[in-house]
Amino acid sequence: MRTAFIETLNELADQDSRVCLIVGDLGFSIIEAFAEKHPDQFVNAGVSEQNMIGLAVGMALTGKIVFTYSIGNFGTLRCLEQIRNDVCYHRANVKVVAVGGGLGYGNLGVTHHASEDVAIMRALPNMTVVAPGDPIEARLATRAVVAHDGPAYLRLGKAGEPVVHTTQPDFELGRALTLREGSDVTLIASGGMLATADKVAKDIAAQGIGVRLLSMHTVKPIDRDAVTRAATETRYVFTLEEHSIEGGLGGAVAEVMAEMDSGHAPLKRIGLRPEFNTTVGDQNYLKSLHGLDQESVLKTIQQIIARSYGRVG
Amino acid sequence: MSADNRASDDELRALARKLRSHSLRMISQAKTSHIGSCLSVADILAVLYGRILRVDPKRPAWPSRDRLIVSKGHAAAIVYAAVAEAGFMPVERLAEFARNGGQLYGHVTHGGVPGIEMSSGSLGHGLPVGTGMALTGKRAGEPWRVFVVMSDGELDEGSNWEAMLFACHHQLDNLTIIIDYNKIQSLDWVDKTLRLEPLADKFRAFGWSVREVDGHDVKELSSTLGTLPLEGGKPNAIIAHTVKGKGVSWMEGKVLWHYKQPTPDELVTALAEVAAS
Repeated sequence: MRTAFIETLNELADQDSRVCLIVGDLGFSIIEAFAEKHPDQFVNAGVSEQNMIGLAVGMALTGKIVFTYSIGNFGTLRCLEQIRNDVCYHRANVKVVAVGGGLGYGNLGVTHHASEDVAIMRALPNMTVVAPGDPIEARLATRAVVAHDGPAYLRLGKAGEPVVHTTQPDFELGRALTLREGSDVTLIASGGMLATADKVAKDIAAQGIGVRLLSMHTVKPIDRDAVTRAATETRYVFTLEEHSIEGGLGGAVAEVMAEMDSGHAPLKRIGLRPEFNTTVGDQNYLKSLHGLDQESVLKTIQQIIARSYGRVG
Repeated sequence: MSADNRASDDELRALARKLRSHSLRMISQAKTSHIGSCLSVADILAVLYGRILRVDPKRPAWPSRDRLIVSKGHAAAIVYAAVAEAGFMPVERLAEFARNGGQLYGHVTHGGVPGIEMSSGSLGHGLPVGTGMALTGKRAGEPWRVFVVMSDGELDEGSNWEAMLFACHHQLDNLTIIIDYNKIQSLDWVDKTLRLEPLADKFRAFGWSVREVDGHDVKELSSTLGTLPLEGGKPNAIIAHTVKGKGVSWMEGKVLWHYKQPTPDELVTALAEVAAS
């Protein structure tokens, strides 16, 4: 995803000299081409995230469209108040980009696990929160946040995420993409969990169950309409995210469903347990400990379907 | 360019008295804090708006304007007074200060207040943003400049030192900080909290060009700020030695007046002292 992002940003910077990139001394082997091609649109702020966000705001308030780039928590939580006061309050045209969203830097340690970032960014006024589901969405999301005049948070995976979309989707911020139609259950995925959700959906569909699959690439503003339809037109809603089940996609979907006027399907949030990891592991290993591997997700959903068979089958 | 830009020294002193009087009234009536912090920065703001800043109150968003960020956002009352006296908004609007339904919050707020570049209130935010503005201006070869007014206690915030490293590395000589060095921070004297001295040496070690001035001497402030950059290729640090509560004898050098507001009776004597100064 990060390759898709930087290639797209390079193209955008070719076309528009306002597009700038500030890195927090990270992005080895990723950002060099941009830096060489666009020296006047590139800055390495050094290891100083608070200053990085401040610089971005200063540049944005003088007419630039500024991307900041860092790893998960460094570019979001370390400088949270700068993002709140300087970016969001001033509606500055700053796009905060984090790579390694979720457990992308799994075996590097808990400091590198970005597991609450979506919840925290989502709570900020004026902030648009985007977690594209595959490299195709990452390209489209990069273009979309440039076209959007105002703050955005772009949460990317690291590398090697599979392409899920088989055709070029009609991407719009705030509007979920439907990858599969069905009327029994709905899977709503954000970020890299889209690939897992896609495979699980196929497995479940093979058992004769109608599955709707939504890519909720924009977690804020959430597509309330798509959630409401899923909660009334299908009989069970599952959210899948590589993020704490508290406050992220699952939280956003739960908020919409809880405020519906009339009856709605039950909801199961599938995501990271809200706790610090204590076992070393790479991304896939740690995901399996949280039940986020394909097999575990399938099992979780199948058990719920079996239990609720009267309502779902 | 501001209409007052060619103000004489006497006119600058008169403007400073006006700003002090406004902020005393605003803070007394709204029963808010930080009068000491307003009084110490009065002459600095008078010189900036009266003689230094290239701004146009009729075009607050004029692209070629100088940018002023007041990072010590708790001095909001006098900042609003300064933009009002500079002509960005009617002086009558100062009555909105910290009042229900108004737009002039108790810390510097940009929304609905023309002439304010940036909201502040949490310390250590202004310099990084000002540095980003200066980088844009420098890269584009723009003539406009960036000024950031900061407090001494604010220098405890690490974000400033991140920005100082950056501004030096990128040779941002279009960036000037003015430190309102009144020697008192929130709970106590700076020297008893986190000592800043030797402050000028710290800036020099960070690659900045430094001048120490009397922050209440409009002539010295003007001549220093009128000859920027101090050295080509280096950002500018003006350490303005000031007195907290300056202009009201019984407020001067007292931590108490970081918080207390003058009673109506105290306001009368304070205004009389300012008028006579």
